Amino acid sequence: MKFVQNIFDQTRPLVEKDGKRNILYPLHNALETMAFVPDHTAHSGAHVRDAIDLKRTMVTVIFAMVPALLFGMWNIGRLHYGAIGLDSTLLDNFLFGALKLLPLIIVTYAAGLGVEIFFSWKRNHPVNEGFLVSGLLIPLIMPVDIPLWMVAASTIFAVLIGKEVFGGTGMNLLNPALTARAFAFFAYPTWMSGDQVWINTSGGDIVDGYSGATAMGDLATTVGQGLGNPATETVMAQFGPEGTYSLMNAFLGLIPGSIGETSALLILLGGLFLIFKGVGSWRIMLSFFVGGLVMAGIFNAFAVNEFMGLNPIHQLMLGGFMFGMVFMATDPVSAAQTETGKYIYGFLAGFFGIMIRVFNPAYPEGIMLAILFMNVMAPLIDHYVVEANIKRREKRLANA
Amino acid sequence: MSTEVKQKESLFSKKNQRLLSDPFNDNNPITVQVLGICSALAITVKLEPAIVMSLSVMFVLAAGNVIISLIRNLIPNRIRIIVQLVVVASLVILVDQFLKAFAYDVSKQLSVFVGLIITNCIIMGRFEAFALGNGPWKAFLDGIGNSIGYGVILIAVAFFRELLGSGALLGFQVIPDSWYIANGGFYANNGFFLFPPMALIVVGLIIWAQRAKNTKLIEEN
Repeated sequence: MKFVQNIFDQTRPLVEKDGKRNILYPLHNALETMAFVPDHTAHSGAHVRDAIDLKRTMVTVIFAMVPALLFGMWNIGRLHYGAIGLDSTLLDNFLFGALKLLPLIIVTYAAGLGVEIFFSWKRNHPVNEGFLVSGLLIPLIMPVDIPLWMVAASTIFAVLIGKEVFGGTGMNLLNPALTARAFAFFAYPTWMSGDQVWINTSGGDIVDGYSGATAMGDLATTVGQGLGNPATETVMAQFGPEGTYSLMNAFLGLIPGSIGETSALLILLGGLFLIFKGVGSWRIMLSFFVGGLVMAGIFNAFAVNEFMGLNPIHQLMLGGFMFGMVFMATDPVSAAQTETGKYIYGFLAGFFGIMIRVFNPAYPEGIMLAILFMNVMAPLIDHYVVEANIKRREKRLANA
Repeated sequence: MSTEVKQKESLFSKKNQRLLSDPFNDNNPITVQVLGICSALAITVKLEPAIVMSLSVMFVLAAGNVIISLIRNLIPNRIRIIVQLVVVASLVILVDQFLKAFAYDVSKQLSVFVGLIITNCIIMGRFEAFALGNGPWKAFLDGIGNSIGYGVILIAVAFFRELLGSGALLGFQVIPDSWYIANGGFYANNGFFLFPPMALIVVGLIIWAQRAKNTKLIEEN
């Protein structure tokens, strides 16, 4: 660290006000604040003294993601060796997963930070930690076999259009990680859906009875078939207690899917950590869950196809619902800001998420679209919550 | 009595030149006035329809501006919108028939959007704002200038959308076949560029770049 500090100290005179390379000052400043904690403090105005700052908030979320990340890593290896019919140890699975996941993470950070640093330079402000969480979220919501340059393109698009256009970290309307996924989903649908991308099958012969589809993909095929149709029987057997997508497997995460989204258990663990640390909003998580449950319950009551007939709890364990609930909907910038608004926002996001997923099988990841939609609606919700509060207080004042 | 004699203005005086150049940058119908967005989103998937559309609008706007300018003193003020609509509609039908006869494929691609030139805000906007108050030659220049400003943006958007969305320009494959993943390469077309929302984003990026260069366009808050 001393060595890095020395580099910054030695180059500082060059870029300072009268230095030869003054044009590079913002870049120097940006890189320095990224590497070291700045030593300047605020001198005027009222402050809250608190140890929590943007950096600490972000790192807390990173910690909360680690269980899902490690599980995703292991799951990549497990599914890979399972698909080509080889026995593998725990270590084999982890190693293979790391080999697949680390390049994704590195590419995401490089692309995203590149854009961030460029804008910090142009706008003359230090690089902040805004991309720290997004950069880890993006690999976790991608399929394992997506080409790296597509991840880079999606990340650049997300940071540019999702964030910098609105003024950078803290000003964004949309969740940048979901913007990246939505971009990849619409731009490169072949690599973001279907049954080719979720399990890496390179380097071996595929075993009999292998299916690369996800639970969502399989369920989508039952739409329009009617209930109890023999054609859907084999699909629905997978969701029985003995099937691949049984409630237990879905809860533990032993199913194919985006890298970090499969294990509801470990995501919930991360969610509890976020609530415990006060970083994630329990109001959003709770109402999101209830919203999804209500919609799934309504579908279950009217079940006209097997997708609708799925047990509501089972429905919520599949796909990106849990991941969206804990890590995406709770993004403090793009979510609703008022406490009442958070209930409405969360409820509707969960509600619409299940609705899109079931009504439009072409969009198996309805959760993503629902959260982005509610991101856009969040300021409106806040507006009406604040207005209602003003009205209520006016009435109280008039009666007094 | 004033001794000032009204000078005859030359055809391409400074003022008239500005009529041509203003809509190109400072007063661009799409990126500054934000008019005519519908067609910019709808027909820019490929370059060819965008060029044909730009030319059609150029004809309708220039001819319409001249006609309206010629009869501007005859039109009763209260029914001027109807008269303007009749002029645009006749011109658009001319264009539509011409395209059907000589460029049938493009005409099919543009489908309803040729007819919708009638409702293009730029045209009614120029009639109202300019042709009703100026002579035919100025109105003609104004029409040409505005349709060039419109066409440039349309063609720029279509260029990016066709290149990145289909890997082609004017229908010719530009990205080598061997680059595609299906042929053992690494590349894939970006399907998002085929959707209208991406056109909106590209227009937004153009506006962003334009304002970064031309800071007098930025409103004061």
